Order: sequence, then structure tokens, then C-alpha cells
Amino acid sequence: MPEEPQTLNQPRSKTDLFVSFTFLALQGFGGVLAVVQRELVDKKRWMTREQFIEEWAVAQIMPGPNVVNLSLMIGGRYFGLPGALAGVAGMLAAPLVVVLLLALLFGTVSDATWAQGALRGMGAVSAGLIAGTGIKLISALKTNPMRMPACIALAALSFVGVALLRLPLAWVLLGVGAIGCGWAWVQLARQATRTSQEDRA
Amino acid sequence: MSTLVNPVLHLGSADWLGMFQHFAALSLLAVGGAITTAPDMHRYLVDETHWLSETQFTSSIALAQAAPGPNILFVALMGWNVGLNAGAGLGGGWFSAALAALGVVVAMLGIMLPSSVLTYLATRWAHQHRENIGIRAFKSGMAPIVIALLLSTAWLLSAVHNQPARDWPIYVLTLCTLLLVWRTKTHMLWLIGAGALLGALGWV
Repeated sequence: MPEEPQTLNQPRSKTDLFVSFTFLALQGFGGVLAVVQRELVDKKRWMTREQFIEEWAVAQIMPGPNVVNLSLMIGGRYFGLPGALAGVAGMLAAPLVVVLLLALLFGTVSDATWAQGALRGMGAVSAGLIAGTGIKLISALKTNPMRMPACIALAALSFVGVALLRLPLAWVLLGVGAIGCGWAWVQLARQATRTSQEDRA
Repeated sequence: MSTLVNPVLHLGSADWLGMFQHFAALSLLAVGGAITTAPDMHRYLVDETHWLSETQFTSSIALAQAAPGPNILFVALMGWNVGLNAGAGLGGGWFSAALAALGVVVAMLGIMLPSSVLTYLATRWAHQHRENIGIRAFKSGMAPIVIALLLSTAWLLSAVHNQPARDWPIYVLTLCTLLLVWRTKTHMLWLIGAGALLGALGWV
């Protein structure tokens, strides 16, 4: 790794946090993550790339929208609870106004055929966006300690439960989730024993 | 009952509380983003309570995807629409606007509050213990399920269009988008715009 002396910056104030997050939330069409990485790591240099990946992993583990979790965590790290609130408010306030304005505009034309059609088209595209993101993420399973076949089985089981049988989400998350976490634990524990045996040998 | 027509509702405080509780419970289950709870929201808001029409549900997701910002705002739009239905559409004036705003607050607080509190409290602990086997097992074990939930959401959004003879262009558009997102770096805004244009012209 090329060691360049990285002088990290910090958000100057809670206002700085709020404005920065507002700015990047308003740039994020269809997904804020890429913008977050570019702004906070490359441009503002509030954290290194490694730190960003760690924070992102935790933000993803926790329930809730992951970019919102990330703004909460970053704000909290620098300014405690007020910072966390400033970060989340920045991430949500301006985009909320924009989305409600869009809904209002759409409400006044929603009976027009072209508006119905436009929404139909956008709905089809957003289904494709979500599916495409899901398929892209499958490659991240390659490094999963459970190995690919077990991952695919777990994913297929969840898909059947939620999409085809339309079971409540809680059942699937608790049921299939418990199997997944348990199996991952077993595999990680095996890996750990193997590594320590190799170390001794 | 047709779910394509916007329902007219009379919601009492117990109903609003019920919605808050349902969203608050989903908040803690929303591992991998709130969009993964969309199938359950559909079950609750469209199938069970009939508070939202099928069209309102789908357009809430589509509009939030089209707008800048976190996709979680689709929840705000669902709350907004439930409020509008309770105030009998935009014709209800300030009364219905107030109910719509109440819907936004109830839905967003419900979906945000539990997960945010949990995240805030757990963050330092998780940061200090990121090599802990329990945390790694949770992350690895949930990964395939999170992916399946994304695919399920896409499936349910497409399954609304259930007449292949008429709806096949929709399926083609969804598949093309899927391929473009997967294989290329096309900006998502262009795709949303193209979908809107094709739809407005009546081609899908």
C-alpha cells in the first residue's frame, strides 16, 4: 500500500455536517453511497478509505437505511448526539421537501394518460434498478465464509418465502436469518481453529 | 375491491398508532436498507388494511427512486398518501394536507426511530469489537438474505403487472434496466428518465 501521509480533515461544526450531508444527499439520484464515498473520502478527507469501509460495514449490519446510519455514526463520532442529529437531518430534510414537491406536482396531473404512463415506465425501471443492485451484490458472496452453494440456498429460501409465498418478513428474517448466522458462526469458528493449527505447525 | 382506485379512509388515533407500531417493528428488521421491508409494507398497507391503492404503493417507490436523496423517503411518500386518502384526496384542502403531513411524520418516525437509536448506541461497541466472531457471523449470515430481499422487492414490483399479453414491454424494460445496472456504469438518473419518457409516450 503506498503510504502517503494523510492529513485528515474534520467537520468544522454541526452546521458544516448538516450542510455537507444536505449537499451530497441532493446529488444522489438512485443511490447515495457512491456520492458519499467520493465526497467524504476523496474530496473532504474526513476519513481514509479503510475507515470508510469499516464504518460502512457497521452501517450495513445495523437495521435501518444504511446511508442514514452512516451519517448518524459520523455525526456522532465528532459531536456526540447533537452531531448525529445534525447529520441525519442534513441527509433527510432537503430531499424530503424535494420528494414531496414531486408528489404534489404529480398529484395535479395524475389523471393524465401520459403521467400514468411515465410512472408505469419509472416503476419498471426502478424494479430493474433494485434487481440489478441485488445481482451485482451476489459477487460479494464469494468471500463469504459459508461458501457459494450455502449462500445460494439461503437466498433461494428467502426469495420463495417473501416473493412467492408472501410470508411476513419477520418470519423469514428470524427463521432463515437464524440458520444463516448459525452456519456462518460454525464456519468462522472452523476457519479460526484451522488458522491457529496452521500457526502452530 | 379494486386496489387500483385510491381508497377513502376514516382513520382514528388507534389506526395511526397501529401504523406507527407496524413501521417501528419493520425498522428493526430493515437490515440492508428499508427497501427490503417493502414487501411487508405492501402486505400491510395494500393487502390487509387497504389504506393504499396498488398504484399509490408502486408510485411511492418509483417517485422516491426518481428523486435525489436516500431511498428511505419512499416511506414518507407512503405516509403522505395514507394521509391524503384519510383526507379524501387533494380536494380536501388544508385538512387533507395536514393529515398527509401527519402521515409523513408517523411513517418516518416509525421507520427511523428504533433503528437509529439502536445504531447510535451500538456503534461504539461494534467499532471496538469489529473482529468479534458474533458480529462477523451476523454480517456473513445475513448477506445472502439481504440480496434475496432486494430481488423479492423487484419481483413484487413487477408482479403487479400480471397480464403478459399486454404487459410484456414492462418486463422487457425491467430486464434491460437490470442488465444496464449490472454490467455498465450508466447513471441511474438516465435510466429513470428513459423509463418516464417511454411510459409517457405510451410505449410500455
